[in-house]
Amino acid sequence: MDAATTRRRRLRGAAWAHAVLAIGVLIFFLPIWITLVGSTHDTATIGRGDVPLLPGGEAIANYTAAWNAGGGRYRSAPAGLMLGNSLLMAVLIAGGKIAISLISAYAVVFFRFPGRMLAFWTIFLTLMLPVEVRIIPTFQVMVDLSLVNTMAGLTIPLIASATATLLFRQFFLTIPDEYVEAAKIDGAGPLRFFRDVVLPLSVTNIAALFVILFIYGWNQYLWPLLIVNDRGLETIVVGLAKMIGSGDTQNEWNVIMATAVLALVPPVFVVVAMQRWFVKGLTETEK
Amino acid sequence: MATLTLTGVKKAFGATQVLHGVDLAVADGEMVVIVGASGCGKSTLLRIVAGLETPSEGQVRIDGRDVTPLEPADRDIAMVFQNYALYPHMTVFDNMAYGLKIRGLPKPEIRRRVEEGAALLGIQELLARKPRQLSGGQRQRVAMGRAIVREPKLFLFDEPLSNLDAKLRVQMRAEIRRLQKRLGVTSLFVTHDQVEAMTLGDRLVVMHQGHAVQVASPMEIWSRPANTYVAGFIGSPAMNFLPAVLVDGGGAARLAGGGAPIRFVDGPRAGGEGRAVTLGIRPEHLEVGGPDALPVVVDLVEPLGSESVLHGRLADDTALVARLPGAAALTEGMRLAIAPEALHVFDAATGARIDPAGG
Ligand SMILES: Nc1ncnc2c1ncn2[C@@H]1O[C@H](COP(=O)(O)OP(=O)(O)OP(=O)(O)O)[C@@H](O)[C@H]1O
Ligand SMILES: [Mg+2]
Repeated sequence: MDAATTRRRRLRGAAWAHAVLAIGVLIFFLPIWITLVGSTHDTATIGRGDVPLLPGGEAIANYTAAWNAGGGRYRSAPAGLMLGNSLLMAVLIAGGKIAISLISAYAVVFFRFPGRMLAFWTIFLTLMLPVEVRIIPTFQVMVDLSLVNTMAGLTIPLIASATATLLFRQFFLTIPDEYVEAAKIDGAGPLRFFRDVVLPLSVTNIAALFVILFIYGWNQYLWPLLIVNDRGLETIVVGLAKMIGSGDTQNEWNVIMATAVLALVPPVFVVVAMQRWFVKGLTETEK
Repeated sequence: MATLTLTGVKKAFGATQVLHGVDLAVADGEMVVIVGASGCGKSTLLRIVAGLETPSEGQVRIDGRDVTPLEPADRDIAMVFQNYALYPHMTVFDNMAYGLKIRGLPKPEIRRRVEEGAALLGIQELLARKPRQLSGGQRQRVAMGRAIVREPKLFLFDEPLSNLDAKLRVQMRAEIRRLQKRLGVTSLFVTHDQVEAMTLGDRLVVMHQGHAVQVASPMEIWSRPANTYVAGFIGSPAMNFLPAVLVDGGGAARLAGGGAPIRFVDGPRAGGEGRAVTLGIRPEHLEVGGPDALPVVVDLVEPLGSESVLHGRLADDTALVARLPGAAALTEGMRLAIAPEALHVFDAATGARIDPAGG
């Protein structure tokens, strides 16, 4: 009898928790669902102002339009091209940041050189100066270097900050000195040690950071908006915003939503793919 | 194979002098154990030999060649670390092969050496595993294997057994000794465990506060300790020290607590009448009864089955520990006699051993 009461109480508690979670899921999922559904109707349906909750039959037409031509009345760029640009930019930013951070953290942790801590704190300070803060001088530099409207101009200022250096430094500090010493006795030089020991041990961290930095890069808005006005270099996040006209133009919401769905695919793919990687890394390596 | 010579090796970290000039000559194929309390500079000395630290002064020679300025990799040594330092992401095979790979040995040669080493240590079936899939004892073997395949001039061990449980430690100790003898590689072994030191070493270096206090064979160190530190450090339970003065022209000593003078059977000591000395007597060299026995107040008796360890006090409150055979009936007011042939005499001020004059 007593047990039955506790069981009922526990069940009620579980029901509550599930209800709250279900509401949470709904809140997050509904806009995505509306976007997904919206991308399968024709312009008129959405233009009328109803919000359809069930998929329509125009999916193929909308997605082909978005992929090949883009939408919007105002200077459209095809989503295929923009996705390619975004992908390249995000990969360059994530890869570049990881490469630079790995190397600088390696230098700061494993070598004794004059000004080591000064170097570290200087790197650390850049954390407090994201692109948005230094945007005007950075833009000037890019103009002077004629990097406006180039992939280099788009990515380099975003790479050149120390987000991951600190994280790698903390991780490298946990690598026991004995590995360094064993490697010295084995005859492995600094680069060899980096490649054969430090990198493989950092795989988990690299995977996790890649996910975070890829999404950081993918979502960049202000800097690409400023530095790129060649539509051939347009990124999808900026392009998507530009598709939405202002004033009395009729927006092609169906195509915009199709583009939005397309813009979601690569980040989601990266998260899902890399998650498998770093879960594997977590269970298979240890220090 | 190789000899190792240290001359006047000193090391200071900033203002702290850690090694005060250590001299040591290790013969070819010899196993020398460096033993001493924690913080006495054992690891520092070993790391200087390995090249992981540079000495502030002094030289390290391997086979007569001065290697002091050389990098660890160029010294032709192998080291086994306390926590093994196996690369966690590499298989046992890769761990053992890594140093050889870097040296650019041909693949078949590497494979041959690793397989030979693995066979020697009985770890052939572990070669494909990662270190975390191994037990402590197996990791220990792999760490040994990594050293062996290198075929170095010198093995260096820094407390390699201290992470193992007591039983495994005894087993691995014997195994290391067997391997070292069989391979005949000159070795330096650091430990703070005196039993390990006594059983492993051809010779011991007893270190104390950065000095090599005594370098000698285990038996020599046990039977003729150079000073009170060594005497107290080697042997368990530790040697008893009793303050005394020389009497009878140096031919005997009288304990500070009184009683009959104890005659030296091996000859008189220099310094004459009244010199303050410390008498050392090991717990196992005390026995019950006897004509000149000392009255002892018994505080505690630890029965160990085959023997009993007795903790007591002399009349003047000097602590005394005795190891007596069997479960001796230990009563109030018992008397313990010193075996005079097992008596050690040290200077009371410096702690240095005083041998019989002219003997
Ligand atoms: N890198 C260093 N910087 C400053 N002091 C150090 C350094 N390495 C060792 N020491 C000091 O040198 C002394 C000797 O250290 P060492 O590691 O050689 O002792 P040990 O005999 O190996 O002790 P243990 O048995 O605890 O390992 C210690 O007092 C230690 O604090
Ligand atoms: Mg040590």
